[in-house]
Amino acid sequence: MTHSSTTSKPIGTGVLARHQAELDAGRFLIQRCGACQRAVYFPRVLCPHCGAEEPALVAPAGTGAVYAVTTVRRKPEAGGDYNVSIVELDEGVRLMSRVEGMPPADVRIGLRVRARVVVPPGGSGIVVFDAITGDAA
Amino acid sequence: MTTLKQLRGSAAIAGVATYGCGESPGHTDMELLAEAARRAVSDAGLAMKDIDGLCTASASATMWAMPVVEYLGLRPSYIDSTMLGGSSFIAHLLPAMQALASGQCNAVLVCYGSAQRTATFGRREVVASRRYLDPQPYETPYEPMQPLSAYALAASRHMHEFGTTRCDLAEVAVAARAWARLNPEAFMRDPLSIDDVLGARMVCDPLTVRDSCLVTDGAGAFVLVRADRARDLPREPVHVLGTATAVWNRQISSMHDLTTTAARDSGRAAFAMAGLAPSDIDVVELYDAFTINVLLFLEDLGFCAKGEGGAFVRGGAIAPGGRLPVNTNGGGLSCVHPGMYGIFALIEAVRQLRGEGGDRQVAGARTALAHGNGGTLSSQATAVLGLAQTL
Repeated sequence: MTHSSTTSKPIGTGVLARHQAELDAGRFLIQRCGACQRAVYFPRVLCPHCGAEEPALVAPAGTGAVYAVTTVRRKPEAGGDYNVSIVELDEGVRLMSRVEGMPPADVRIGLRVRARVVVPPGGSGIVVFDAITGDAA
Repeated sequence: MTTLKQLRGSAAIAGVATYGCGESPGHTDMELLAEAARRAVSDAGLAMKDIDGLCTASASATMWAMPVVEYLGLRPSYIDSTMLGGSSFIAHLLPAMQALASGQCNAVLVCYGSAQRTATFGRREVVASRRYLDPQPYETPYEPMQPLSAYALAASRHMHEFGTTRCDLAEVAVAARAWARLNPEAFMRDPLSIDDVLGARMVCDPLTVRDSCLVTDGAGAFVLVRADRARDLPREPVHVLGTATAVWNRQISSMHDLTTTAARDSGRAAFAMAGLAPSDIDVVELYDAFTINVLLFLEDLGFCAKGEGGAFVRGGAIAPGGRLPVNTNGGGLSCVHPGMYGIFALIEAVRQLRGEGGDRQVAGARTALAHGNGGTLSSQATAVLGLAQTL
């Protein structure tokens, strides 16, 4: 069997798996490109802005604002309505998520939110958001 | 080198057909596709043996061109099965024009069929299998009801930035229904009012079930040939004056700006190739998967300024008798939507230019625009069409 790979050095785990492993450990990370300094999300093996090699995984401030919002309607017996939002982090990147801890109908565009990692027992960690209330906003 | 300007009008649509639109229980996707294909080839005054180019795509089968070639008994020298979602069949135009211009082939059949409404293997199974075959690991965990949630998110942003209202969105659905009531082929032809839309079951705020396209069966096909050959065929040729495709993203969360789609690029390039402007267009067919689409595409294609789509459609402005005829067959909202609608927008544009619109005919239409959308506002393909006098 021949290998066409240009290197025999074993490559590490892919960035999706490493990002997920951090989430599973309760840490939410984004990427920042070492060449153009722009923030990147979702994580990739190259910078989508300048094409540079894999941006480093870094901790964001964790704060941002709701950029777009919808309430998915679901029968009460199936769990009821739930929020789906696109959140824009203060670093400038956006991601799909949920704003929790308040009625879905009350989630508004512009609402200041803070990230929180949820790791269900035996499941994969995901990042959700809570409204920032009072002086913390 | 052949420039895009040189390709302007070089090919023409010589035959079109739809088949099985609405409900066609007991049929496969392929059977519906093949019947539409046979009828489109016949409409063009050609025989199946004349077809030496094939463009097709499927929402589920990844090697779809091969079973289609096999089923139809073709030996094509040109094959394009690029899958960009619902815009695919408009996106197939430009490469097909290049293949015709180079002599690689002489008659291209573009065809699609889906028994999505009545099939036993339906949307539920397709959505479930996509989680494995076509993962979106950064969106799926939040359980967006796709594609609806993506369009709802875009609508929320349009309302926030520009003051667009649910009434503005409802205008689009009401206009589509008014056109559908003039089209015997349309699936939903009952009267529909603004209040009906506003009071309809909410699915993903701000979009109700009446802001959402139908789920029907149906097939569409058309035949593209060089313009000189089209002149010798029985139907009045409908020339492709300009066409372009643009993609900026797949996921709604990766869209650069939820109120501006890649239709801005596809439209600009298609109009530049055609040497025309939006004000030159007599009839407009836009992929209306959801009501918000029509506002976004009217803006991005230049029929009105960004943010003014809501004001543009108010008061029945795109309904029969309005200032601009849009989605004259009733669109995906009220006529037909078998998974991917783009080919039906193009076929309706051709029918209008041929004067075959019956009660819904736009008098004296010489130019038309057909626009396809795919994914979740992801792929955009625009075609500017015209009769011979527009060459």
